[in-house]
Amino acid sequence: MTLENRKSKVESRSRACGSSSVLNAIAYVALTAVGLTMLVPFAWMISTSLKAPAYAVEFPPRWIPSEPATVEVAGQTCRVALVGEASSPRPLRVGILRYSPEGVHVRVLSPSSRAGEQLVVPEGQLQEVRVTRLHWENYAAAWRAQGVRVRDAFFGLVRQADGFLVFYTNSILVTICITLGTVFTSSLAAFAFSRLRFPGRDAIFLGYLTTLMVPAIVIMLPVYALLSNLRLTNTYAALIFPPMFSAYGTFLLRQFFMTIPRELEDAAIIDGASPFGVYRHIILPLSKPALATLTTFVFLHSWNDFLWPLMVVDRLALKTLPIGLAHFQDSYTTEYHLLMAASVIVMIPVLIVFLIGQRYFVRGIALSGMKG
Amino acid sequence: MRSKRREPIPGNRESKVGGRFSDLSSPASRPSAFVQALPFLLPNLLGFLFFTFLPVLACFGLSLTDYRLAPIASLRDLREQMRFVGLGNFVRLLGFTHEGGRLMANDPEFWRYLGNTLFLMLGIPISIAGSLLLALLLNQRLRGITIFRTIYFLPTVSSAVAVCIVWKWILHQQPNEVGLLNSALMSVGVANPPDWLGSMLWAKPAFIIMVLWLGVGGYNCVLYLAGLQGIPQELYEAADLDGAGAWARLRHITWPLLSPTTFFVVTMSVIAGLQGSFLFTAAFLMTGGGPAGATTTLMLYIYNYALAWHQLGYAAAIAAVLFALVFSFTLINWRYGQRLVHYQ
Repeated sequence: MTLENRKSKVESRSRACGSSSVLNAIAYVALTAVGLTMLVPFAWMISTSLKAPAYAVEFPPRWIPSEPATVEVAGQTCRVALVGEASSPRPLRVGILRYSPEGVHVRVLSPSSRAGEQLVVPEGQLQEVRVTRLHWENYAAAWRAQGVRVRDAFFGLVRQADGFLVFYTNSILVTICITLGTVFTSSLAAFAFSRLRFPGRDAIFLGYLTTLMVPAIVIMLPVYALLSNLRLTNTYAALIFPPMFSAYGTFLLRQFFMTIPRELEDAAIIDGASPFGVYRHIILPLSKPALATLTTFVFLHSWNDFLWPLMVVDRLALKTLPIGLAHFQDSYTTEYHLLMAASVIVMIPVLIVFLIGQRYFVRGIALSGMKG
Repeated sequence: MRSKRREPIPGNRESKVGGRFSDLSSPASRPSAFVQALPFLLPNLLGFLFFTFLPVLACFGLSLTDYRLAPIASLRDLREQMRFVGLGNFVRLLGFTHEGGRLMANDPEFWRYLGNTLFLMLGIPISIAGSLLLALLLNQRLRGITIFRTIYFLPTVSSAVAVCIVWKWILHQQPNEVGLLNSALMSVGVANPPDWLGSMLWAKPAFIIMVLWLGVGGYNCVLYLAGLQGIPQELYEAADLDGAGAWARLRHITWPLLSPTTFFVVTMSVIAGLQGSFLFTAAFLMTGGGPAGATTTLMLYIYNYALAWHQLGYAAAIAAVLFALVFSFTLINWRYGQRLVHYQ
């Protein structure tokens, strides 16, 4: 291909940018459509969580939480409606007093000049007035719901406590312990596997690798049987220790440590640094992204973990958020406003952690994909 | 995969010049090398042995017994609860009996739930195709892409329990209460929308819809996006010069160069699909495995045997079969699937 030919091609390509803006528009439309679909369940969750109990279930569904407007008329709470009348251009605001065979008895409300007048109008002429009202108190109601009142919470220190306070505390305690434990022990082991040479090293690492493929339930069953025979189910230890030692963390960190140039340690070693010194002052500071990735992964995974807590805990005082929420669902099957409020309560921290750690999380997935 | 390890400098072992700890590991000093590694290794290795490695072996051991979990007072009780039955569990699980001229499965439920598990995996190809499509869109250099990526990933990081509860409400269908999905269907003219979670026919499709919603923008999409960003731009420029259209570029550059990613994505999705941890949560919370077992997967079957019926021996046998499925899939995949992969 000659140079001129090439040039003209390149020019024709830059001229074609007009059509690429059309393509961009199509891409935006498609991305937005998918994005809205993704958000619908979340939006519906929040919308329902703010509705009044009586209006949580309605057909057709309403996205903005609203309910019939009411007014006090002669010591009686009445619904507000509009009446369209041929004589007046603007509809009248009325309070509904009672329904009877001849029509609906209403009283005209104040802004109008006919305020206080009583009318009987056919039902078809009435138009219901709704007001938007957000019931934030649903969150407090879910938090304090009777169905999740916990006895003897926090190692038996508290006689009675709100369910979600207990689940939250348990989740935070368990998740932080698992995350710190995993990151600490697996970074030490990854250091040994990537930087120290000792007999049997590769064989042991192969042992780690083979368990990566094993379904989690295979590992859980015997551990559950053991804990149950030792009467260790329904303890914090059962929630915290078994999930702490999966091969995944060690594998991920070892792969990362392998990429750190060895030259960096040499100076420290010449200065007489111990292996621990190298681990502490060279490897860890250089591995911050990988450590952040693992931390985010483990945090999100253990915060959302359902099966293992479900197996080893059935005392309410020890439940973490996911199984606490499942218990809550059992008690309030049809009270959607409470169920949705509770779901939002459970979801918020994990979304915050994800938004903060998103970069590391995404990089971690890409990393694991490349290595695999 | 492994970075190159330098050989120790001969005759220079005593002085630490240019050396690493590993250089000290001459055969004579091996025990000390092990002692040196021990404090690093031990905390993780002990936990790994007791909570990961030995349990795998123990599960295979358990699968050869008829262990029934019950409170024990002494080890003698344990011996009574746990009798060795050889391959008995597997015969009961996988075997067939000839009965009155017909071949009957010893455990027809197992085959049914295996079928359910495989049926629910039908969503995987659609999900992967969707992920690829989304990744292609996200890979355009447009403004605000990170926001879309974050939104697509939200379902993946959300609590599965909360997701299941809201979906149960969306799929709801009762005479006087219509969920969001069916309201939408009715508003576009579907007169009798299905009772998603209550019908044998529609429960599985409902679960597949949920899994698609959950997975399309999740891990697979991020992996594809990383794969796309790894394709050298020059290839597209060269193709442009040769006059290749968008489809030709996709067909002859993007798709072949993404094949390692596709291979990885397919492998992981199938393994995850066989285990179905989200579907376990969904079945547990939304349908209880019903109606009439229509949404019971192998995971839920194992859980029921172990936790509800306390038959740990049999549960371990089903878990072992699940492991065998995962393992043989991985093996076949590595042997034959690798051939389809085009490495740059």
